[in-house]
Amino acid sequence: MPTEHVFPEAGAKAAAAAQEFEGEKMSLSMGPSHPSTHGVLRLQMEIDGEVLTKAEPILGYLHRGDEKIAENMTYNQFVPYTDRLDYLAPLANNVAYAIAVEKLANLEIPPRCQAIRVICCELARISSHLMGLGAYGIDVGAWTVFLYSFTEREKLYRLFEELTGARFTTSYTRIGGVSRDVPEGWTDRVNAFCDQFLPILEEILRLLTRNKIFTDRTVDIGVISKDDAVAYGLTGPNLRGSGVALDLRKDKPYSGYEQYEFDVPVGTKGDCYDRYLVRGEEMRQSVRIIKQAVAKFPGGDWYAKDAKKIFAPPKDKVLSSMEELIHNFMIVTEGPLIPPGEVYFEAENPKGILGFYIVSKGGGVPWRLKIRSPSFCNLSILPKVCVGAMISDVVSILGSFDFVMGECDR
Amino acid sequence: MDFFFELPLWVQAALKGLAVIAVIFPIAGACSMAERKVSAWIQDRPGPSRAIPPWFAIIPIIGPFLQRLGAFHLLADGGKLLFKEDPLPGHVNKFYFVMAPLVAMIPALSTVAFVPFGAYVSEAKQVVPLILANVDVGLLGVFALASLGVYSLILAGWASNSKYPFLGGVRASAQLISYELSMTLSVLPVFLWINAPGQSGSLSLARVVEYQSQPGFLGGMWFVFLMPVSAFIFLVALFAETNRQPFDMPESEADLVGGFHTEYGSFKWSLFFVAEYSHMTVGSAVFALLFLGGWNPLPWVSLQTLGGWLHLTGHPVVLGILSVLIFIGKVLASIFFFMWVRWTLPRFRYDQVMRIGWKQLLPLSILNLIVYTCIIGGMEYFGHR
Repeated sequence: MPTEHVFPEAGAKAAAAAQEFEGEKMSLSMGPSHPSTHGVLRLQMEIDGEVLTKAEPILGYLHRGDEKIAENMTYNQFVPYTDRLDYLAPLANNVAYAIAVEKLANLEIPPRCQAIRVICCELARISSHLMGLGAYGIDVGAWTVFLYSFTEREKLYRLFEELTGARFTTSYTRIGGVSRDVPEGWTDRVNAFCDQFLPILEEILRLLTRNKIFTDRTVDIGVISKDDAVAYGLTGPNLRGSGVALDLRKDKPYSGYEQYEFDVPVGTKGDCYDRYLVRGEEMRQSVRIIKQAVAKFPGGDWYAKDAKKIFAPPKDKVLSSMEELIHNFMIVTEGPLIPPGEVYFEAENPKGILGFYIVSKGGGVPWRLKIRSPSFCNLSILPKVCVGAMISDVVSILGSFDFVMGECDR
Repeated sequence: MDFFFELPLWVQAALKGLAVIAVIFPIAGACSMAERKVSAWIQDRPGPSRAIPPWFAIIPIIGPFLQRLGAFHLLADGGKLLFKEDPLPGHVNKFYFVMAPLVAMIPALSTVAFVPFGAYVSEAKQVVPLILANVDVGLLGVFALASLGVYSLILAGWASNSKYPFLGGVRASAQLISYELSMTLSVLPVFLWINAPGQSGSLSLARVVEYQSQPGFLGGMWFVFLMPVSAFIFLVALFAETNRQPFDMPESEADLVGGFHTEYGSFKWSLFFVAEYSHMTVGSAVFALLFLGGWNPLPWVSLQTLGGWLHLTGHPVVLGILSVLIFIGKVLASIFFFMWVRWTLPRFRYDQVMRIGWKQLLPLSILNLIVYTCIIGGMEYFGHR
């Protein structure tokens, strides 16, 4: 056999062998029904062995068209839909939405109502972070953390139920106030909850914070640099975990947050562990805020008295006075009378910055309502963070983002 | 007893086999219930406490107690798994798919034969171990058979023809093989210690217990005190070999959904489940025999001593039952430890598991072996043995 024929053959063989060793990449679809994608997120991944070479989040499995729905109903009727955005912190969504519309209507909210809303927001933050913490525990395999944090959430739900009549879908706020005043002794029970919650929180966090296996799974995993976090529009604990101290409660206070003393925890590295630590510390700070709010809980009105055509009058007056009866009728049928204009308001929700952009052409129905949901923006960085991680790391990263698909897909 | 030994050999063997199935299946089932109950205790909730057959509900104290204990959930669960539809997905390789759970059961059940579970003192004042097959290969037999278990995971992962089970199967094969090394190396010092040179050696587990029930300070000492490092390595490797958290890579449900058994359902799935628990039971039993003195009640207190204290020397049957109870108590305690760890610790990542296996446990077990070899050699040299 002539030599020049031997060598190309050997070369082809070697090339084939090299290709064989390089291996084929496998595409793996994680979700929409997968235990660790927290709802219906779907990640289309390309893996080389166990290492990701590509990850693409596919959204929209829970799309309900909330923004379009909002255009077909009055401002108050949309409140229940805000429950279903970030369904782990419905109270905070209610408050953010109500404040947005009130800004459009230029309403002055009495201090008592503001304090109620602050307490609601912070309770919702604790509830949401507890859920995030527990689910994160499950993602890295620590089931007990989940059950412990759920026990605490159950106590919170009891408080919510007492306040709003519902455990989960609270729909508590109305434009110009809240649906009802706080029940007798409720603030004391909130205080009692906070007192017993702090030691239990320490106990829960102690299961993970110094745990070698947990730190192995989270430290230096899913690192997001400061610049990346800002560039991708991350907000909330995910942004603060990367070391950017952006907290709208401090930077653009609303609902009287400027009266309360609290710290904004930030991380140093921006890895999963930092995000976990930030959430833990935020719960402590929330307790601090709640205790201050309860300590100087103001008296007075719990809804805006001057908002005659916006906030439905009390029932006893509706049944006894002509003017109130007409207002009540108009607010229920036509919706609260909001002047024409447009507004963008964003609030620091547990998951990040929840923004409402509302355009009104007058009347009781928004002409356009746009929701800026934190989970959606936070997930945008997934393709960048996940590359090079292992499959188990993806679970860890997803858990540390603490997203909610109801809000992401809305 | 004599009646049993007069039976033909194959009848004896069949009876022993049936006994294994009759013991291991309920223990595995009870373990699954215990898992739920222990997790409930750890997580501060009542756990399974509802199911009760109507005729049991009228018994005054025992009925509610068993209900509270969740004893009937065991039966309900077993019944459910047995009578559920047994789906066979269209995309699987049917032959291997059905074979995998069977392959899982074979080593799980057959390892029991090598494990002594008690002893009685015969009329000649000799401690006779209760064991199905008292062979000299003892532990080697357990290891050899138990390591076959990995084939079922690989088969299941491969035959499922689906990506998550496939990844689970790949992880299983790598993990189980890696940890077998350290596991075997960690028990070698024990057998070096008990086998004097020049005599025919034995890997029998009964012999290990016999050694731990000698009189004297060193004689009565359990191997967990004598060789703590060995015991530690063995325990860690046991966690990895039985796919228990924090090493449950093959079925880590957070990332691989169900790992190798994602596509399985009903009874085939429960066979995997039973196999896992029986591996755990046998593993705990071996650990108790090797390091916790087997059926000896306390360190430096052998079964015979206890029998003497309780005036049971003339009652071999009572003493035998007592020894079995002591042994089962130890096994259950270590199973409880398994569950305790599972419901407390997070899970490792796959590469971390491999790193621990190869870079930490294996060197440690080699070092441990060398150190104990030197100690034993020194003791031989200076005539202390």
